Amino acid sequence: MEALMALIIGLLTGCGVYLVLRARTFPVVLGLTFLSYAVNLFLFAMGRLTIGQPPVIAAQAAGYADPVPQALVLTAIVIGFAMTAFVIVLALKARAELGNDHVDGKQEP
Amino acid sequence: MNHLVIAPVLLPLLAGILPLLPHHPTMRQRRLFSIAAVVAQLGLALALMAAVSDGKILVYTLGHWPAPFGIVLVADRLAAWMLVITTLLALFALLDAIRGADTAGRHFHILFQFQLFGLNGAFLTGDLFNLFVFFEVLLIASYGLLLHGGGPERTRAGLHFVVVNLVGSTLFLFAVGTLYGVLGTLNMADLAVKAAAAPPENVALIRAAGLVLFGVFALKAALLPFHLWLPAAYAHASAPVAALFAIMTKVGAYSMLRVHTLIFGAGAGPAAGLSEPWLLPLALATVIVGMLGAVASTHLRRQVAWLVVASVGSLLAAFGLATTAGLAAGLYYLPHTTFATAALFLLADAIARRRGALGDRLDPGPATTSPRLLGGLFFVAAMAVAGLPPLSGFLGKFLTLHAALDHPLLPWIMGTVLAGGLLGLIALARTGSLLFYRVLPSEARAAEPWPALVRETLPIIGLLLLGLGLTVGAGPALDQARAIAAQMLEPQAYIQAVLNPGGTP
Repeated sequence: MEALMALIIGLLTGCGVYLVLRARTFPVVLGLTFLSYAVNLFLFAMGRLTIGQPPVIAAQAAGYADPVPQALVLTAIVIGFAMTAFVIVLALKARAELGNDHVDGKQEP
Repeated sequence: MNHLVIAPVLLPLLAGILPLLPHHPTMRQRRLFSIAAVVAQLGLALALMAAVSDGKILVYTLGHWPAPFGIVLVADRLAAWMLVITTLLALFALLDAIRGADTAGRHFHILFQFQLFGLNGAFLTGDLFNLFVFFEVLLIASYGLLLHGGGPERTRAGLHFVVVNLVGSTLFLFAVGTLYGVLGTLNMADLAVKAAAAPPENVALIRAAGLVLFGVFALKAALLPFHLWLPAAYAHASAPVAALFAIMTKVGAYSMLRVHTLIFGAGAGPAAGLSEPWLLPLALATVIVGMLGAVASTHLRRQVAWLVVASVGSLLAAFGLATTAGLAAGLYYLPHTTFATAALFLLADAIARRRGALGDRLDPGPATTSPRLLGGLFFVAAMAVAGLPPLSGFLGKFLTLHAALDHPLLPWIMGTVLAGGLLGLIALARTGSLLFYRVLPSEARAAEPWPALVRETLPIIGLLLLGLGLTVGAGPALDQARAIAAQMLEPQAYIQAVLNPGGTP
């Protein structure tokens, strides 16, 4: 499970970095979204991957699922969601004001 | 528990929310309310500074959850120092904004207060994830402020600024996640304890996370090679916003100082001194690149933005010495450079407004109205920024060089700081002579009415007077900076105050 998780996070990050480096605003926004998915999964995995464990420490349980990363992920999702909404609006505004969707607002020759 | 610690965070939050309630205050009411809130914050910051002046470290446990389980706010000398600088700067930026810049968009004052909320929170928090959250708060407010007023140039600069900072935030989360995964805590004091006691197999991961954090803070501070977002963003922001943003790069410098003295300080065992090989060379390179950018600029506002980059380099070069004297020099230089560059941003706007279609383009044009007043202010501000005696910029640089005397890289530091000062002098002398001496002949224009002129230059004069105050009061200010530096290099007191508030071992 750890290897699969690591592969997924790596793949998402790789796609995210590639897309962020593109010259059009839409791929850049997609890339930022991929990066935030990757980091959310990464944060989640930092509490160690467990299945079927209670979230609080109990005397009879064999272990526990760490609740802190889950709280962190929730916060990160909320912030990431707001930022994505903002950057989409900004990209649309740039498209309207600069006349094209290049990140530098330049028309390619 | 001392509620004074959380007051500077709560006040701007409430002051930002209240005007949103369905009451529809007039612009005049909004302005008065905003000014009152900033003045109150200044009072709180000064009270906090007095409360921690004896070296006490005040800890506020939110919800009374003891650290490291709950989030803590920590007020020490450094946090209080930064709060006072921020609120002073905000006061003058706001005084400039209420002359009319705040009417260009709908929610200027609300965004302004949220910006202060994020800044104050970032300085006071003692929790790494909470620091991330406050960074996001101050960033999202800054996105709104940067775009305030609209226009294609602002949108283009804003898009770059937002995307770069979002990538930076992602990296911040990766670093925080790694530290949590390895050390199992996010409280900075607890992180320091756990990092010092980390088993050898985890040290590489901790170092990697620490360096990613360093990269993120370098991005916020606009340290080379992460400085490219700054000139366009600052050059296109409206004047009061650019003045307020003078503190934003310092948040990165502050976080670097906080994290790397506390978590990766001398007591951190194998993870100690993590950023030292990087910080000083990069800071020196930043000084040169920033000053070259200033020399090459064709627009006044962009030139000032490049001077901000160079000043970050000088500041971090002082921090990079990692000695009490070096940190003290940096902490003395920090308010000076913040106020001086903010004054230059406001002044650049005042000059640009008088040059008609030329704006802030550095081409010969007709003389501005009130050339004596503006020219005199530009002269003083330029002297302060370039670091000429007798102003505080000179003292800051002198202290940095004095602190570097025993450093193995002394020739490099000396050469870079002095060459940087020379380049800055060339850039500003050229600009000043072009704006005020080599003017094209033009018909005499009527003198401007005094009241408007006074209102316009009051924030600039105020900021320059603060710099003058730092020069005249260099003794007490430097004592304060030395006390902060000594406290920063003794992180045990901070750790004790957070993790062991009762004082029992």
